[in-house]
Amino acid sequence: MTINQDADCLRDATLVPHRQMDLEEQPLLQVRSVSKYYGRRIGCEEISFDLWPGEVLAIVGESGSGKTTLLNCISTRLTPTSGMVNYRMRDGSMREVFRLTEAEKRFLMRTDWGFVHQNPADGLRMSVSAGANVGERLMAIGKRHYGDIRQTASDWLEQVEIDKDRIDDQPRAFSGGMRQRLQIARNLVTGPRLIFMDEPTGGLDVSVQARLLDLLRGLVAELGLAAIIVTHDLAVARLLSHRMVVMKEGRVIETGLTDRVLDDPQAPYTQLLISSILQV
Amino acid sequence: MTMTTALCDDMSATDNIARYNFAYLDEQTKRMIRRAILKGIAIPGYQVPFASREMPMPYGWGTGGVQVTASIIGPDDILKVIDQGADDTTNAVSIRAFFAKMAEVETTTDTTKASIIQTRHRIPETKLEEGQIIVFQVPIPEPLRFLEPRETETRKMHAVEDYGLMHVKLYEDIAQKGHIATNYAYPVKVKGRYIMDPSPTPKFDNPKMHMSEALQLYGAGREMRIYAIPPHTEVVSLDFEDYPFEVQTFKEPCALCGGTGVYLDEVILDDAGGHMFVCSDSNYCEDRRANGHRGALSPDILDEDTAEQQREGTDR
Repeated sequence: MTINQDADCLRDATLVPHRQMDLEEQPLLQVRSVSKYYGRRIGCEEISFDLWPGEVLAIVGESGSGKTTLLNCISTRLTPTSGMVNYRMRDGSMREVFRLTEAEKRFLMRTDWGFVHQNPADGLRMSVSAGANVGERLMAIGKRHYGDIRQTASDWLEQVEIDKDRIDDQPRAFSGGMRQRLQIARNLVTGPRLIFMDEPTGGLDVSVQARLLDLLRGLVAELGLAAIIVTHDLAVARLLSHRMVVMKEGRVIETGLTDRVLDDPQAPYTQLLISSILQV
Repeated sequence: MTMTTALCDDMSATDNIARYNFAYLDEQTKRMIRRAILKGIAIPGYQVPFASREMPMPYGWGTGGVQVTASIIGPDDILKVIDQGADDTTNAVSIRAFFAKMAEVETTTDTTKASIIQTRHRIPETKLEEGQIIVFQVPIPEPLRFLEPRETETRKMHAVEDYGLMHVKLYEDIAQKGHIATNYAYPVKVKGRYIMDPSPTPKFDNPKMHMSEALQLYGAGREMRIYAIPPHTEVVSLDFEDYPFEVQTFKEPCALCGGTGVYLDEVILDDAGGHMFVCSDSNYCEDRRANGHRGALSPDILDEDTAEQQREGTDR
């Protein structure tokens, strides 16, 4: 009884939403020995891990450590030099993503996956309205009812705390934080199961960052999303992720539960990284 | 060399200076273009690249259409050329004269008589029939161009049928203007597969493309693309369930022939806001007038008073 209560206390105390444990569960994504070389230079080398449904994994490391290369390889935006990435499709079958046809890959990218870019301009269409940005994925999967599309778009804008009357404004007229939230709405509208995020809070000031993180945490918990987040900000990893991968020079230095890695870093490099955080 | 001489003799050469080949283009070029056309017909709506040639006219004046016409025309063909529906505009007149000289073919303004109709911006009002070919001059063949500027990407989008973006444009129209405001170059889906730009014809003409008995060929010279819609092919204009596709309607009939249900041009008559609407298809209008149809501003039924007012208006 006391042990249970303790566990409850612990669960409440942790910032990251709790995941139910299920022994029958199969991984959502398997990354096996993924390497990417740019000529003779290493992008990332021999990376392997599993990602489970609803799990948030943070990839941290200093700039140039291969985080983004790895993310791009996994999300098929880059083709790795070697290695394998398997994904569990909605029908339960495990498919190798680089063996999917271009059409299947695109369908996966706009239904089951999402990609949130560091720079919102890369992930948004800057010259079409916010409503159309959110609605694009719906139209791409064959929705042809204007009223419904607009309603869904408007609901999503509300969810990401953008005023409904901004629905016909172009993202150019939005602030950095709003653009980032719009990008998130655009990705989540088709109910994906896996989201890739590349420094989602990069370039935002701290108060805006805090709101965005709050929003992301809420959405991830509510929708049961799995996510891979690339960040150099250890605080972001602490707030959002269940598990962490620390990278240096294209290789994995340490992996483990986020709290364990941050509170009890084993590898010297991780210790250095954590002790480098500025204390105010 | 001997062949060239023979050809010159055949074509009743009056001097020894080398002449142009039949229909201007050389035979190898025509063969290359015909191959592109055949491929286009085999894959309705697909843009086939071809090695577009320099023509003795500027890009944007129909170099694509002229090359297609030159490749399919034979000595027995009867050619009609229209520009914005009219047979008597500069572009139409000069292209007609070009083929009258270079291919020595018979030309006509009569839609029913023509075997090949080269057009810019219109499909004739008179229904085209089996055996006729309509050749469109296309400035920008890529319907996704202004939505996605990368040609590498748009080609991929066509290849994997990734067409969500096209509806984004229509969505934007409705969001901004309350209705689908695209009035020309209105995107269509051909045979349930490729999305195609019907060239800058008004959307009024889109329904005429559907199940047309005539072969429709599209040539874009500057962009080096040819595409086609074979006869009896399904052509659907894109729309939303709650905002269905509809064509332009006109409140008044043609002022000259009284025709309704046709595409009208507005003609400004004076500086005082005077204007009239007349058929854009000049041949159709003339035909109707020859058959006794009259509109409100036909010269022979304008009574004295109206004529008077008209003159005053013009004088001012």
